[in-house]
Formats: sequence, C-alpha cells, structure tokens
Amino acid sequence: MKSGVERKSAYHVIALILLVIMAILFIFPLYWIVTGAFKSAAEINAAQPTWFPKEFVLTNFEKLFSRRAAPLFQFGPLVGPVVPGAIRWLVNTVFMSVAAMLLTCLTASMAGYALAKKRFIGRGLVFSLIVCAMALPKQVILLPLIREISALGLYDSLWAVILPTVGWPFGVFLMKQFSESIPGEMLEAARIDGASELRTFTQIVMPMVKPGIGALAIFTFINTWNDYFMQLIMLSSSEELTISLGIATLQAENATDFGLIMAGATLAALPIIIVFLIFQKYFTQGITMGAVKG
Amino acid sequence: MANKKQPAMSRALVRRETTSGYLFLLPSLVFFVGFVIIPMVMCVVTSFFDANLNATQSDVFIGFQNYVELFHDPVFHKALINTLIIVVVSVPITCIFSLWVSSAIYNMKGPLLSFFRCVFYLPVVTGSVAVTVVWKWMYNNYYGILNYVGTSTGILDHNINWLGDPKFALGCIILILLTTSVGQPIVLYVSALGNVDTSLVEAAKVDGATNLQVFWKIKWPQMMPTTLYILVITTINSFQCFALIQLLTSGGPNYATETVMYYIYYSAFKLYRLGYGNAMGVILAIFIAVLSAIQFKLAKEK
Amino acid sequence: MKKILAFVLALTMSLALVSCGGSGNGSTPSSNAGNTNGEAAKSLTLWTYPVGEWGKEETVKKLMDDFKAETGIEVKVEYLAYADGDDKVNTALAGKNAPDLILEGPERLVANWGAKGYMVDLADMFDEQDKGEINEAALNACTTENGAVYEYPMVMTAHCMGVNLDAFKEAGADKYLDLENHTWTTEDFKAAMTAMHDHFGTTIGAVYCAGQGGDQGTRALVNNLYGGTFTNPEHTAYTWDDPKNVQALQDLYDMDAIAFDPSLQGADEIALFYNETLKIASCWNIQQQLNPNGADTGAGKTLNGQEIVPMAFPTESGEPKLQGGIWGFGIFDNGDDAKIEAAKTFIKYMCDSAATVDAVKAATFFPVRSNAEGTDLTGVWGDNEVMNEYSKLMPYLGDYYQVTAGWAEARTAWWNMLQEVNSTGNVAGAVENFCGQANAAASK
Repeated sequence: MKSGVERKSAYHVIALILLVIMAILFIFPLYWIVTGAFKSAAEINAAQPTWFPKEFVLTNFEKLFSRRAAPLFQFGPLVGPVVPGAIRWLVNTVFMSVAAMLLTCLTASMAGYALAKKRFIGRGLVFSLIVCAMALPKQVILLPLIREISALGLYDSLWAVILPTVGWPFGVFLMKQFSESIPGEMLEAARIDGASELRTFTQIVMPMVKPGIGALAIFTFINTWNDYFMQLIMLSSSEELTISLGIATLQAENATDFGLIMAGATLAALPIIIVFLIFQKYFTQGITMGAVKG
Repeated sequence: MANKKQPAMSRALVRRETTSGYLFLLPSLVFFVGFVIIPMVMCVVTSFFDANLNATQSDVFIGFQNYVELFHDPVFHKALINTLIIVVVSVPITCIFSLWVSSAIYNMKGPLLSFFRCVFYLPVVTGSVAVTVVWKWMYNNYYGILNYVGTSTGILDHNINWLGDPKFALGCIILILLTTSVGQPIVLYVSALGNVDTSLVEAAKVDGATNLQVFWKIKWPQMMPTTLYILVITTINSFQCFALIQLLTSGGPNYATETVMYYIYYSAFKLYRLGYGNAMGVILAIFIAVLSAIQFKLAKEK
Repeated sequence: MKKILAFVLALTMSLALVSCGGSGNGSTPSSNAGNTNGEAAKSLTLWTYPVGEWGKEETVKKLMDDFKAETGIEVKVEYLAYADGDDKVNTALAGKNAPDLILEGPERLVANWGAKGYMVDLADMFDEQDKGEINEAALNACTTENGAVYEYPMVMTAHCMGVNLDAFKEAGADKYLDLENHTWTTEDFKAAMTAMHDHFGTTIGAVYCAGQGGDQGTRALVNNLYGGTFTNPEHTAYTWDDPKNVQALQDLYDMDAIAFDPSLQGADEIALFYNETLKIASCWNIQQQLNPNGADTGAGKTLNGQEIVPMAFPTESGEPKLQGGIWGFGIFDNGDDAKIEAAKTFIKYMCDSAATVDAVKAATFFPVRSNAEGTDLTGVWGDNEVMNEYSKLMPYLGDYYQVTAGWAEARTAWWNMLQEVNSTGNVAGAVENFCGQANAAASK
C-alpha cells in the first residue's frame, strides 16, 4: 500500500514537472512576441538572442501607429475619425467576428431546431448534406467563391468573409444535437395551448438550447477571428484588412523588421487574451456545455 | 428518417410541419446554399474546363482531363499524403495530449487549474498568424532559439535547418498545429472529468478497482460525447491547416509540406490553373465527405 | 402565425443584405465600369510593389498629394510586398477587381499580366521624342513582339551582390575583390569563399530558395559563374539547362561556404547579411546599399557598422551580365475608359513631366530617360557618392530576359529546382526536370 502511495506521488511530481515544461513552451511564443515588441532594432536583429529587452523602447509601436492611417469605421456616409491602420484592423476584426457570430447563432439555432424537432419532407437529405459539408475546407470552393463574391459586389469588404462563414454548416449540426434534448412533450403542450411556432421557438426552444448557443458563439467568434485564409482571399485594401492579415502584410513587407511585426502581433493578441481572461469562466462553461451534449 | 415512435401523422400535419420546418431552415439554407452548395457546383463544373485566368482565351471543355492529370501528378500525390499525415498524426496526439493534461490538472485547486487551462488556451486565442511569426524565428537556421538551445546544451552537434530540411519541415508544421489546437480539447476534458458521476467512482473504488480501471470502465465511457466532439473539431482544424504553410514554407522544401489545400491555392494563383485547382477541390471534397459520413455513422452507433 | 415568422425571417435577411451594401461601397475598384463618357475619372487605385521608397507611405503620400493638387485626381494607394503581392493581384484578377494602376517591372506587367490580356496597350503614349529620350533596352523590355507596350518605364538599376568588406579583410580575402571596378573572377570568388570558410568556419552565403522573392540574385549568380544564360536571346525558350549552368550549380552546391537554403527568401538573406551572419548577399542593389535592410542605420553599413561594398557577380570573363531591374507603371484594363484616361494622366505626370525628378528619387534608382519635358534627368543624383560609385556597375547591365513566355511558371520552376538540388544533390536531374517544365510553359 505504501509503495502504491509513493508511486502515486512520484507520478504526480513527474507529471507536474512535465506540465510546467509544457506550460513554458506554450507561454513562450507569447512572451517572445510581447518582449520582442519592446526591443530595439539592434537587439532584435542581433545574431545572439536576448531573453529580455536590455532597454525598453517604444519605437516599434510608434512605427506601427504611424502607418496607413484610416478612418476608424466606415458605414456608408458615416465615417469615423482617422486612426492608425492597426487600430482600424482591430475594429474590423471585432466587427467581422461579432457579425459572423450573431448571424451564425441566429440562423443555426433556428435550423438546428427544425432539423431536430420537425418531421418534414427532405429533412434527411438536408441533414446528410450538412454532415458531408461540415468538414469541407474552404480552400476547396475558394475559386468559385471569389467569383461569386465579386459578382455580388462584396469583394474586399468584410461581408465577403462574414457571409461564407455563416454558410458553413457546423453550427447547424451543433444546434441540432442540442435541440434533440428538448422534450417533445413540451413542444406538444405548447402547440395544444395554441402557441405560435415563433413563440414556441423563442419561449421554449431558445432557453433550452442557450448553452449550445453560448458554445457556438465562442467557437464561431474565435474561428472567424483566426480564419486567416478567407481574410487573405477576400480582403485587399488596407482599410479592410483584419489584424491577422495586417500582421501577415507587415511580415511580407518588412520580412526583416521583427520589432514592428512583434508590435503588430502584440496588438493582435492582447485584446483577445484580455477578453478571454475576463470571461474565462463563461468561455470554459460555454465550450463545455457545448460538448457534453454534442 | 421519420421517427417511428410517433403515430403516423396526418397529411395536413405533415404539410404544416414541412412548411414551418423550411421556414425555420430558410435563413440558414440561404447562406448554406449560397456560399457552400452553389460554389461547390461551380467548382465541379469548372473542374471539367481548362480554365487558366487568361483574359484572351475562353475556357475550353476538356472532360476528365484535369482528373486524369491529377492521378499522374506526383506533387498532388505528395500533397494528398502530407494532408493525410497531418490529420492522422495531429488528431490522435491532440486528443491524447489534452486528455493527459486534463487528467493531471482537473483536480487541482482553483487558481492553479485556471492558470494551466489558460496557458494551454493561449495559442488558440493568440491566433495562428501571430504565433507563426515567433515560430519562424524559433526554427531559424542561423539564429533560431531551437538551434541555439540545442547546440549550447550539446543535444545538437550542428545547426539544423528545421524548415529547410525535408526531413523535419512537416514535423515542424505539425508541432505548431498541435500547440494551437490542444487548448479547446483541454478545456472540454477538464470539465468532462469534473462532471463524472462521483458515486460510481466511489463504488468502484470500494470494490477495489485500480485508478486505471476506474478511468477506463467509468470515466472514459462518460466522456465519449466530449471525445467525439473533440475528434470532429480537431479533424476539421487539421484539414484546414493553411496559414502555417503559406507563411512558413510555401509547401517546400521540395514539396515536403505541400498539402492539398495549399496546392489548390498554388495551382490557381502561381500556376494560373483554375480548372486544375477545382478538380483537386472536388476530389478532396469527395474524400472528406466520405470520411465525415463514416465518422458520423460510427458516432451514431456508439 | 406563419406570417409573423415569415416577416421576422424577411427582416433578418433584408437587414443582413442592407448592411452588406452599406460597407461594401467604394471598395471595388471597378465599381463604375462601363463609364464611357470620355471624361477622365477623379479617383484611381494604384497598387505598388516596394520599388525603393515607393513602398513607403510617407514618400508616396507626398507624391500623390502633389499629383492631386495638379490634376484633381485622387489616388488611393495599396502597398504590395514581393512575398505575396502576386497572389494578391492574381486573386483580384480572378475576382475581376484589379486596380487601375500598378507599379512593377516588365517581368510581371509585360510577360505575365500583359501576355494574359489584362493590361492596356500604352503604345500611343510614346512619340518620337519620348523614344529618343528613353533608354532603348528599357523600352524594348516593356514592348511585346507585337509592338504593344504594357509598361511605361520610369526607373532602372542593375542587381548585384553585397559583400561585407570588413569580414573579408578579417579573413584576408579582400585581395580577391577588385574594389575599383567592383568585379571579381570566378577563380577569385572560389578562393575567397574558401578563405572565408576557413576563417569563420560557418556558411558565408546562401542560395536561398524558399520562394520567388529575390530570385534574380540566385539566377544571376549561377548564370555568371561560367557564362551560362537563362533564356535564349530571342526570349522564346529557357536555356538554363546548358552545361555551364549545371556546372555552376554543382560548384555552388559543393562549396562549404555556400548553403542552399529552402527556408530563406531574398529578404531573409538580406536580413542575415545585415546582421553579419552571412558575409555575402546575392539579393543586393542600390536601394539596399543606400539603406541596408531598410533599417535606417546608415548607407553601406551593417547592423554593427561594418562596411558593405556592392560587387558584380563573379565571372570567368571579367564581363559580368547583371540582371536589370526596370520599373514603371501599367494600367489594368477594367473596361472603364475614364479610368484609363486618368491613369494615363498619372503616368505622364510621374514619368514624363517636371515632377519626374521626385518620382525617380522616390524610387532610389536611376531614371530610364535623359530628359522629361525639358527637365534634364541625367544629373538627378547629383553628387550622391553612393549613387555615383554604384553607377560603375550600370554598364554591365545584361539582357532583360524576364519577358520570356511562361515567365511566371518558369520562375516558380527555378526555386523549386533549387530546393530539389538541395534535398537530392542531383543537379543534372533537377535541372532537366524543371527547365523542361519551364519550356513546356513557354511553348503553351
């Protein structure tokens, strides 16, 4: 028995050491980005890496913010004050991710409910299509998609990224799995009470699938934020760039100005990390509930 | 797929259900059909043409020629194999690694648990582009930190050109992919482990079951839905691995990191062969659809 | 009940669509295609590659402001990078969203987009006087065999090598450099590489091949070493499979001082040269000499202040053939005559007017013409010592072969070939395979 306890605690110690090593590996890129952003050009270009900035300089951020001024936002005639391009990229990314998230949650929860609880002709076909298309990488349809988007006049606007994201059927699949657990009797009872379809949906279905919507919201938000590929293909003018694309552009233009790139990467990473840290509880709850049912 | 438990529905009811069903589906279908199905159909059509991004020539119908060429294209074979390797390697490793991390941290005290959970989630929220910037530097042949640490500790006897060596390049890509994809599974597993019915665990322990037995017999089955969900999202993620390749290796060296996704992009925008790229897309789509169908079937049986 | 539902759905959809329209405005360059009333448009889009300081916002903004003050035409500029600029343009072409104007060289504007039918023929912009003023070779490079001109040339330079003179001195290898003429022989180059490797024990230079960025450097290095050529003089076929080039590749591959490196592109090589990791660079030119690595740490100096000298590529004959760079403007044919008219006004302003001096200086290269509407351009760089020293290399300007058919495919084949040489060591096999691919593209 004693040896068992010893073995167990030995395992725990080793596991903890491994965990700490892993944690360092996972933190390191972020650490390097943030410290690199404050290093001088000489230091960051030096052949010998330095672990910590010898002196903190702000030149990289000054450089970043002196580039590509653009209005803060642009909605038809409504034009915001002029800000550095990098700030506009952030605004764009937030707008894009939130819009994709809201539209996806709305359409997917409706469709998921219909697929789970309605018995209609063609349901099997629709669902099979969704399952098959779910894992489809967007690169597969990239060429026709570019043509379609530009035919709609949406090329080089954020909607060119948002709309195809909403079309991606993973959300419908997820919400269908959630809606399965709604007891049929409740819907039946609502119908007998004479509740309209819409009321049934908003009053009964929505509250029951709320955790699923939370999961889907987080998933869509992060996926859209990070979906470099669609952004790369659909956006070209510097006012319409997203933060990921902005950094990639910085990297392509100044392959060698690591300080500037790190400053951009810091700007890209910090907001979402702060959001994540603040809402950590909801993030983990949302994701979790999503999976337990899914 | 009619549900057999319910009594046969009247024709009026069927009609009503169908109408309301489609009304609920409509918004989603508009997007799905508009931005997935229609492009997919266009993709299939174009794949039968010699379309080459040339304003002076119109596209020529060439039947299955693009497909025939694909079957003989060694680069496409390489890309297909690499894509498979990425999926086959990264999906199980992601699952096992995140399961291990979760089991090691799920019963830690609050702040410690939050800390670890956060740490592993960081690369996910940092975004692949920002992360890639750092990894590019870490892998650098001349002053990258891997070589620096490796040679100064004596593990490596000379600098290795991580991304420039066909032996290592794909592995390097997969490693970055792993760090950006374990975050979500860990969060999921931690709470799945926390939600395991403790009374069953207690009972088993009283009966003298070992920890391993408890894990496999009691905890694992309860985590099955979580695992399936993780499998699905990780597979999707791995197939879509594009930014890493575009930003780090452009498919090189010597096609060692060429994936189908990158090759489609490459054929279209470097070789100007849209029809060829579309044909590749069609093959990949069929491939993935079949795979998804199988995965889904298996999940259903469980 | 159904009506309410339908109403909500319709509302959702129309909201989505309205908002689409809202922010999609003004961002499509070709949005007013079909405007053919003959008046010049008041706004243009220009995409520029980083040609000298034409990649820098501050510089370009000033030029655009001056242009607007003069003509009332507003130019919206997007900055492309060599690493991904071609992909961006090609994506835009696939989506029929090309810009109005583009600044780059004949290899893209003539051989690629011009040949594919996307560019406007500018032949009517040149009268006899223009033809007399513009460097003949430069104008020829911008002209197709059918006489169409797809690029209005503005500036030119010769690409060369950069050498870390202090490092060479340290290793006693500076004796192999002819610093007066900036040339060296193949034999001296080999001796220098050996001496450098013996002294530093590391790689001195790289045959970078991660992609096409800066590939003119690797081509020039290989071609010059034994006097091989990349294409035939008629620009109809690729000839880099001739034994001289195979020998050059083999020699470079065998040198301890030189590494084939599929993890680097030209810009990475420059960065490594700048921070003194590498001691020679093949992706060098006057722009780099004036401001190494774009780091603003002084002309002709590395990170720690070591001296950089520009050198021609080593040859056996002592007559290097430097790869020329010719940059100018092209117009994408978006079917809008008003835009094309305005774009021509822009080109005339930048390339042939009193403002040309500023446009040329922004490019940090040499003007292609002697005189622009009465302004003498020959002395544009005045007594700039770096420029004057560099101009010694200009007579070595070689054939501008980048207009050969299938160019875009050929340059892709080139770096893929270098990667294969690196991983298999089979020079002859790789050359045969990829040069064959390039010729297949050329004969299409």
